[in-house]
This record gives sequence, C-alpha cells and structure tokens, in this order.
Amino acid sequence: MAEVSRRSFLKTAGAVGLGAAAGIGFPAVLRAQGGGAVKVGVLHSLSGTMAISEVSLRDVCMMAFDEINAKGGVMGKKIEPVVVDPASNWDLFAEKAKQLLLQDKVAVVFGCWTSVSRKSVLPVFENNNGLLFYPVQYEGEECSKNVFYTGATPNQQLIPAADYLMSKEGGAYKKFYLLGTDYVFPRTANKILRAFLLAKGIPADSIAEEYTPFNHQDYQTIVGKIKRFSSGGSAAVLSTINGDSNVPFYKEFSNQGLRSEQCPIMAFSVAEDELRGMDTSALVGHLAAWNYYQSVETPQNKKFVSAFKAYAKKSNLPGGDKRVTDDPMEAAYFGVHIWKQAAEKAKSFDVDAVRKAVYGQTFLAPGGQIKMDEANQHTYKPVLIGEILKDGQFKVVSRSKGLVKAEPWSQYTSPDKGCDWIKHQGTYQKNA
Amino acid sequence: MVKSLLLALALLPGLAAPVVAQSAAPAASPPSPDMVKAIAEVTSADAAVQEAAAVALGKTGDRKILPLLEALREGSVYLRPLPGGKKATVIVGDKVSDGDKTLVPLFTPYGREPIAGPDGKPLLVELSTLEEVSSGRSLRIAIRPLIDAFSGQSDLVNLDPATRRAAATKMGNAGDPSVLPLLETALGKETDRWVRFALQDAVALIRLRTGTETEKVAAAEALGRVKSANGLERLREIGADPQSPPALAVASRSAVKQIERWGLLTQGIEIAFQGLSLSSILLLMALGLAIVFGLMGVINMAHGELMALGAYATFLMQGWFSAYFPDRFDYYFLAALPFSFLVSATVGFLLERGVIRFLYGRPLETLLLTWGISLMIQQGLRLWFGAANVDVTSPRWLSGGIPVMIGVQLPYNRLFIIGLATLCVAAMYLLLFRSDAGLRIRAVTQNRGMAACLGVRARWVDAGTFALGAGLAGLAGCAITQIGNVGPELGQNYIVDSFMVVVTGGVGKLLGSILAAIGIGGLNKIIEPGLGAVFGKVLILILVILFIQRRPSGLFAAKGRYAES
Repeated sequence: MAEVSRRSFLKTAGAVGLGAAAGIGFPAVLRAQGGGAVKVGVLHSLSGTMAISEVSLRDVCMMAFDEINAKGGVMGKKIEPVVVDPASNWDLFAEKAKQLLLQDKVAVVFGCWTSVSRKSVLPVFENNNGLLFYPVQYEGEECSKNVFYTGATPNQQLIPAADYLMSKEGGAYKKFYLLGTDYVFPRTANKILRAFLLAKGIPADSIAEEYTPFNHQDYQTIVGKIKRFSSGGSAAVLSTINGDSNVPFYKEFSNQGLRSEQCPIMAFSVAEDELRGMDTSALVGHLAAWNYYQSVETPQNKKFVSAFKAYAKKSNLPGGDKRVTDDPMEAAYFGVHIWKQAAEKAKSFDVDAVRKAVYGQTFLAPGGQIKMDEANQHTYKPVLIGEILKDGQFKVVSRSKGLVKAEPWSQYTSPDKGCDWIKHQGTYQKNA
Repeated sequence: MVKSLLLALALLPGLAAPVVAQSAAPAASPPSPDMVKAIAEVTSADAAVQEAAAVALGKTGDRKILPLLEALREGSVYLRPLPGGKKATVIVGDKVSDGDKTLVPLFTPYGREPIAGPDGKPLLVELSTLEEVSSGRSLRIAIRPLIDAFSGQSDLVNLDPATRRAAATKMGNAGDPSVLPLLETALGKETDRWVRFALQDAVALIRLRTGTETEKVAAAEALGRVKSANGLERLREIGADPQSPPALAVASRSAVKQIERWGLLTQGIEIAFQGLSLSSILLLMALGLAIVFGLMGVINMAHGELMALGAYATFLMQGWFSAYFPDRFDYYFLAALPFSFLVSATVGFLLERGVIRFLYGRPLETLLLTWGISLMIQQGLRLWFGAANVDVTSPRWLSGGIPVMIGVQLPYNRLFIIGLATLCVAAMYLLLFRSDAGLRIRAVTQNRGMAACLGVRARWVDAGTFALGAGLAGLAGCAITQIGNVGPELGQNYIVDSFMVVVTGGVGKLLGSILAAIGIGGLNKIIEPGLGAVFGKVLILILVILFIQRRPSGLFAAKGRYAES
C-alpha cells in the first residue's frame, strides 16, 4: 500500500512538472480552442460503487450540453464533451483529470462527487490552472481558485436544518443524535453541527454522536440507543448516513416502534435519486435538507424535469421517463450554464478570464434564481427543508428567506478564517 | 382488526361529539358568521390579522376547519376572483398539466368539499387565474400547534394501536394540561394494554408537571408503575431537588429506581434478542455455504451472488403480484420463498453440471472459477436490472413489531427470520441424518470411492448437494430483502461473513456453523453498544483471527473428503 502511494505520488509530481511546463508554453486560450468546437470534460464515475449517484450527473450535464448546442453553442462553438470514467477509484480520478487537462486540453471539467475524489484531483487542477465545477453539497473548509462549488456549504444545509429543528415551527427539539457513515463528510459535518449546537446552548450530554461502517446493515443496537435517547420526547436524529445503509436504518427505526412524530430523522444524504431504489414506506414523514427538490414549483423547474425525463427516454438511459431530478443534478445543470454565461461575458475560454467572469454571475436555475459569489468560489442558494412523501418526493415545509451566502469556513469551527480571491489570496485569517 | 374497529367506533362519538353532529348534516350546517369572517381574514395581506384569524379558527375545535389550516401551512390556499369584483377563499388540490396550462381542482375552505362547475363535474381552473395567499414563517409557526392538536385528537381514535400509542406519548411529552380530559376519556375506553400503558404514562407525565401536590405524588408513583422512560429525567430532577416536598421526592426516587431497574432488564432482553437475530441471519447465509464448502470441499465464491439471485427472484415475484394479484400483494413474499430457492438451486445445478464437476479436487481452480462466475452473475444482474438498487417492499405483516413488555418491541421481520433459520436448520438435520438422500450425501462425503462401489450415483449426489446449498443461499437472499438493500453488489456484502461463520465453525460440521453463528452474532451485539459499530466489527475480526490461530480447523475438526485431501 505504502509503495503504491509513493509511486502515485511520484507520478503526480512528474505530471505537475509537465503541466507547469505546458502552462508556460501554451496559453490556456490556445489549448482550449480547436476548430468550431470547444472541448469540455465530464469526470463522473460510471462504474463502481459511486456509479449509482454519479451517472445521473453525467446524464444531466450531457443534457445541458445538448441544450446549449441546439441554441448555437458557446460563442458559436459547439460543446464537445469528453466523458471519462474514473470508476469510483480516487487514484484514477487524479489520473483522468490529468488526461482531460493535458491530453484533451478541455476548457472546463464538470465532475466529482465524494470529497476524497475532489481532494485527489485538487492538486491536478491547481497545478495546471484547470477549472472544475463541483456540484455536490460538501463539508466546506476548502477555497481553491480552480474550483467552483455549486453545491451547498455546511451553513447552507446543515446549520439551517438544525436551526429548523430547534425552532418552534420545527418542533423545538432539544436533544440531537448525530449519526453518520464513517468517512470525511459525516465526521466534518458532525464537528460543525456539534459546535453549532453547543453555541446555541444545547448541553454536551444532550448530543450523541455515532458512526457506522460503509454498507452497514444491522441497525438494531443503534436504533435501541436512539429509542432510549429519545424517551421523554424532544430528540431528533441528524443523519449523514450514506445512501445504501439508509433502507435498513429507517426500516429498523419504524419496526422498533419509533415514529417521525416522536423523533424525526433529518437526513443530509437522501435525495430523490437515492429514494428511487428504496421501499419508502418507512421513510414517510421524516425530513431532509437540500437546496432544491424535484417538487419545487417554478415554471423553469417544470421545464427542467420534463426535459430531463424526455432526454432520458430519448437517449435510452435505464429508467427512461421514470427518472427523477434532485439537488446535485440541479447544481450540475446550472454549473454548465454558469460556465457558458461566464465564457460569453469574458469572450474567451481562458481559465483566468472565465473565473473572473463567473464572480457575481446569476442564473435562473430550476429551483429559482441563484448567484455565484463575488469572491469565494461558492454559490448563493436557497435552503429548503423537505418532508419525505410516499412516492419518494419531498414536500417543502420550510424555505429560507432569499438566498443564503456560502461560508466555506464555518463560523462555528473556524471563526477566524475566511475565503476571498479578490481582496485576499484564497483562505485568509480574519482580524490578522 | 375487528376488535380495534369496534373500539374506534365506540370511541368516536365520545371524543368528537360536535364533529359527528356536524357531519351528519353537512349541507345544513354552514359555518357560523364569526367563522366566515375569520375564513376571509386568513387571506389578509396583513400578517397579524392573518395569524389572529388562523388562531381563532383553530380555537373553535371544529374539525371541518382543519383542511384549511393544513392548506395554509402547505401554501395551497388561493383567492378566486368572482364576478362582481369579490374574491372567494379556496383550497386547491393536486395539479394536473394540460399542455402548457396547469389546472387545479377547487375545494371549499370549510369542510374541503369539491366545488362543482356549471356542468356538475368538479371544477378545474387554471392556476394562473388565482391569487396565491402567502403564508409566512410566523403564520406557519402559529398554525403548527393547532394542527397538532387536531391530529393528536384523531390519532387517539386511530384504528392502528401503534398510532394511538404514539399520539398518547407525544401528548404526554408535550405536557399540555388541556388534553387531560381527552386522554382520560380515551383511557376509559381503551382495551389494548400497550396503548393503556402509554395513556397512563401520558396522564401521569402531565400531572407530574402541572397537578396539585397530591396529584404529583400519585403521578410519580404511577410513572414508576408503568416504568416510564419518558418521565425518568423529570423524576430524577425532582428527586435530586432539595426544594421538592419530601413526599414527592421520596416517591420520585423510588420511581426512578423502579424505572432504572426495568431499563437494565429491557436492555438485557434487547441485547439477547438482537444477538439472536443477527445470529439467525448469519446462520441462514452460512448454511448453504456450510453444505457446499463443508460437505463437498468446493470453495464457492459465487455464494453471495446466488443469494443476490434469490433476492432478485423475490423482486420479480413482487412485480408479478402487483401486476396480476394486486389485492393479494401482501402474500407475494410467501410465494417468493420457494421461488427464490428454486431459481438459485437451478442455477447451482447447472453450474455444477456445467463446469464445477470438472474441477473437483482442485480447490484453487474452483476458487478462481467460482469467482469468475460471481463477476458474471453480478454484471448480468447489472445489465438486466440496472446498476441502481431495486425496491422490495415489505409486506404489511412483516412491517412493524410486537410489543412484548414496556419499552421492548420485537420487529416482525426479525422474528420471521429467526423462525425461518430455525426451520431451515431443522429441515437440514432431518434431510442429512434422517433420510436416505442424506445418508447418500454423507456416504459420498466420507468416502467417495466406497460409496460409488456400493451403487451410490456419486455424480448425481454431488449435483444435488450443490443445488441444495445454492437453493439455501437463494432462500437467505429472499429473507435478506426484508432487512437490507437489493442491488447487484448484494453478494459482496455477505460473502465474507458467510465464510467467517463456516471457517470458525469448522469445515464440514453443521453444528459447528450453528454455534459459530450464535457466537459471532451474540458477541457482536454485546460489544457494539459499548464500542460502536466500527470498532465492534474490527474487534470481532481480531477475535476470529486469534481463534483460528489457536484452532486452525475451527470449533470442530473436519473429517471426510476435505480432511483427507
């Protein structure tokens, strides 16, 4: 194992050197433009464990390219997607990213889902001055000028959800059980949630924290613990359990006699696309926090949903017109459009020019108007709390007032840090 | 079922007398003038007026106003312009798309009755012609307790005892003394003993908070009697507070002691049940492998995929039932059990006849071969059913659980699997040790050559044994659908555990596998509460490694063909 990582380190280091040389030798503008088309990369796992989630992102990106091409492309150039399959393997993510940037010379890459895959491609993008649009909610604590984050930061998902449960409308809950799968996102998410809850005056012994391995199936013991924890009422579960383990968890929860009225589960990783393969009867009435749902009532969402269903049917994708849309898909979709608008504004595909043009860019996304931050690479988004319905859709029960500004560094865990690429060089110390 | 129906009927008039009176003559009882005014006011643009009107409506306790409150919270209340410049409050129903237009059916705000059009059919109007009534956050906050009060009332007379229990517990925890009469009426008529406990618990909890001093003492004693975990925290506070009256403090302390002792007991019972449940699942998974690996010496890496086939067979059976017998849907699982056994057994039989028989006595080649087969089955499932998980719905009779004592509810699906595992073990015992076929299997296992000389058709015994093991894997896969996910990678999640059980138990010994399953399952559940799921799993693996080092041939040493080779 040690040997492998050493080898891959050497490879990365070599490529970095090469990339730097290429960057000097050929300006990005020249690299990106080739005839009447502009190449863009799609870096989502199409096989392996993450394929379940990531294939839909590839699909929605391809649909966005088709839409743009049908209207004449970007500055008269057709988008030519280069789709690669990193196969849920984070070493391969870095390799494929390198291939996209150095070999295919793409103008921009849309990709990644897991934080570990993003972390592994990050040096590739930074050293080759590439551009990545990352569409999934994540744990924050990152501020790279080569990445645009169109998913939520903790303060756009985790904090409002906990805040909602503590509010009178949400049920005024006073005890919280933080439950997650054992990897980066849940650990960081729970660190931030714990800091937030403590700051709001929840005593430490009213917060429980627990993790399970990937693919965990046996939730008997944990549900037993939650049952004892929630006796006396006013307890809620904040769940960062990864997709696959959710069915056994919710089933056990309802079979042991717990109900959403007594102890609701607020989920941060369960969206419409995951609910497709689930028996939802045990989930009804529980909650989730996202920035978009398929059920959002806007004219542009209606168009988006029916366009995606039609696209899936037309392209013979598995599932056909039974396919659904969800939050990361919406974020991936408007990411493509934001990039197009920015390139047109900059009149160039040059990464630095496009980046500057992205700042402050707005777009009427399916879920409503969104805005790219003026300096911190993230996105202003609305926050919606939804209740799970029998058909695997969500009913919105609470909506933030207007758009919420992204905080890559949570004020509860890193109050002294900020992210700004205009006045500072990325992450900076406040009051320093 | 009939009993609870009667019960609900008996309860209804007592609790909701005014409602019944109104619903008896729906058309004849228009809302009072005050209510008409309030219904108009909830659509006001002034948030304060809106809120006051909503609260006034909620306070009437008239059930027919509930739909309006719910609609306000959901944001489906609209104003409909009438000829003459007036506007009527309406609730809109589910939207229907008609080309570019969105049409909605309309309902009256009082009683939510469909509004008919001129042709007598329910009226459908275009959504854009209506004016949306905004419901701000403060309005929704004000409405929530009103809706909860309504739903709590109706849940107390729900047909499902679990819903009644949940409603009672929720009211008790909320601690609002105004619901006491409601709870006591319900208690007077309730016959289900678990709901009675919940009701008593709720009444005592509220009394403990708001009652007079004697009531509080009685409530503390009652909470101790019903072993109320919900009251534990409050009782502890009272018992520890030097300000509390001595009688109350004493009663609280003794109640705390009672509840805590009960808590320990229930926790012990829970751990025992959880261990038993996990053991039965492990056993069910390992049983087929114990036969194939143990008796035949074939390292079957495709065992997990044979389970996956069984799970997908269950999925197919569910699809057929919902297509052809939708009213008997709940019984699909009974049909799926033999079906999944047959599917996997057939595949197992074909595998043995087709390829595995050529590789007997070459364990490494068999391992590679079966591993290759497992990949092919996996990819086949992925191509046929898609990469995403498929949805297997639990039949109603396997959802929920049976309360056995206060604080302990045993899930039906786990009870079922424990029963199924026991049944399978018993059947295997009878088959192997009490039947002619079993005698032949054991003869071939112990000495193949001699058995063949005596006229046992060893090849067919091999094929039959392999098919039996595969069929058991299919059965396990069918059972797994009730507790886990069904996807192409299902087999991968279980294969390691299956091998762990068989190897620990000792290859070739059924009894060994049974004891190993019970040991690993039980130990896991004893360790997990303290160390958590992640370290629990790690520790179990370490223990198994240490055990195998001490006893390389498992709990029981193997005899027969496998040991000779």
